[in-house]
Amino acid sequence: MKSFLGIFRSLPLLEKTVEKCLILLRPRASRLVVQLHCKYGVTKTHNLAFQECERLQAVFDTQRCASQLCAPARVLAEAVVHFPPTLAEVTLGAGPGGKLSLRNYVEDETELKKTMVTELWLAEDEFQTVAVVPGSHITFCLKEFRGLLTFAEASNLPLTIHYDVPGRPVVFTLDDAVLEVHLVLATLSDTESNLQPPPTNGVSHPPAPSDDFADDLESYMIAMETSAYEEGSGAPPSPTFPLRTPHPAESDPEEEEEEEEEGAVPGTPPHKKFCSLFFGSVLMPRGPSLAPTQEVLAEDSDNEY
Amino acid sequence: MRFRAKIVDLACLNHFSRVVNTIAKLAKACTLRLTAGKLYFILSDKVANGGVGMWCELCQGNFFDEFQMEGVAPEHNEIYLEVVPENLSRALKTAQSAKAVKIKLTNKHCPCLRVAVELPSLSSSSRIVTHDIPVGVIPRRLWNDFREPNVPDFDVSIYLPVLKTMKTVVERMKNLSNSVVIEANLSGEMNLKIETDLVSVTTHFKDLGNPPWASVDECQDSAQDRDLESMAEARIDIRKLQQLLAGQQVNPTKALCNIVSKRIVHFILLHEDVSLQYFIPALA
Repeated sequence: MKSFLGIFRSLPLLEKTVEKCLILLRPRASRLVVQLHCKYGVTKTHNLAFQECERLQAVFDTQRCASQLCAPARVLAEAVVHFPPTLAEVTLGAGPGGKLSLRNYVEDETELKKTMVTELWLAEDEFQTVAVVPGSHITFCLKEFRGLLTFAEASNLPLTIHYDVPGRPVVFTLDDAVLEVHLVLATLSDTESNLQPPPTNGVSHPPAPSDDFADDLESYMIAMETSAYEEGSGAPPSPTFPLRTPHPAESDPEEEEEEEEEGAVPGTPPHKKFCSLFFGSVLMPRGPSLAPTQEVLAEDSDNEY
Repeated sequence: MRFRAKIVDLACLNHFSRVVNTIAKLAKACTLRLTAGKLYFILSDKVANGGVGMWCELCQGNFFDEFQMEGVAPEHNEIYLEVVPENLSRALKTAQSAKAVKIKLTNKHCPCLRVAVELPSLSSSSRIVTHDIPVGVIPRRLWNDFREPNVPDFDVSIYLPVLKTMKTVVERMKNLSNSVVIEANLSGEMNLKIETDLVSVTTHFKDLGNPPWASVDECQDSAQDRDLESMAEARIDIRKLQQLLAGQQVNPTKALCNIVSKRIVHFILLHEDVSLQYFIPALA
């Protein structure tokens, strides 16, 4: 990622000199080729090595999320500046009177007596749409959210937040004519709601954490899917494969695009059309055995109850 | 015990947050003493603090539009709190454009200073941000630990050069040595010296002037019959001096230092409504 960014480091310079940019993927040679065709016939070719990794697919359906919020990215960005940069998680909650709150998540009582707790209230009219379950709240990672906000603010897009009960993923979406971004973040599950596995929502079953890990983020899955399709690029979309999609396929072309992403099986040849970028899959390793066998662990803990 | 205060004026708010920032640079944790007329930030010169002491005093009337406090008892109308000034500084940092800032002592799950910031928003109602800063309430029997330090019986008292200049000099010296010798005489001369095996550097400041201390004060008599040219010196931790100089966000109208030979250096920075005293002990 770093070397890829390096190519585009100096935007003003690139805008002045580069006439077109060609990005090719050479799977045989494990190379991503970026060619910058500059003025005076200069061509800069960057060969980037890559490793094919197992694709982590976030399974989500924004339609089925109980709560939904939409606000200009600026409002949210102004809201998160009040939190310290080192803060790991924030809790978003729907309070009385349609107000929405953001507060820093503090793990336990003893810490509560040492940490400064910051809470911010946003009135309903600062949002474009508010359709939330009263009293609902979710806790998620602030760092990734900040990253997305920076991006959204730069592109001046409204950000929509879809969420359900604690423990179910929260989906942040940005929509535009040429760009569609989905950021799926795990949310912290409630200690109380652990007693019963959360409703399955027709998709993958999230592992119910064992008691010891009650406060951990369930699955450290952060996937950012960026699907950018340039209009008039001429390339026909790749044929749609029959997919085992969790929800009925819709005819909306954008939806199809998204489902193709979701339905991809590990090992599928990389898409020709666009890139799918993953921002690291594991945030805080909690012991080596946990991550790969999480589902099995969950089954055990369920039996205990 | 009750305390609530409110700042509406932006200039006052900025001034107050500059003072708090300065304190936050000097002390990880300190004592906030509240009285009806004044606020104090105190760091007592315990060994745990490396012998460094701080006493910062501000008049509430120059900062707050509302200020109500009620101490533990009418005859002891004061509140002593243990706070992390960094928290307070952080809470005020994002309040630079606030319509109003309220500070209140609360006790929900633990004693907290609640800083409630009212920020303008795009909509009709304003945004409210609250910061609950955990504090420790200091019981009355420990109040004696936080008395105003006396001006030491100094050998030389001298006005400091422009703090920025001094800061640059000290920052350079910090790369060469861990300690600095600060020496001064009664003819307005002050030197900053470092001496290592490899290098000796001295910066001379001249014509600084010596503040007139009322000679009625008997404790200052060691400075009375002193040779005007002879230097009083103390070797202090250079990082502590640098911290003091670097943390200055309030431009003092007067800055002076008192040197007790080989014992302590006492800095006094005066502003219209804020005074900061800082004590750095001499190294052996």
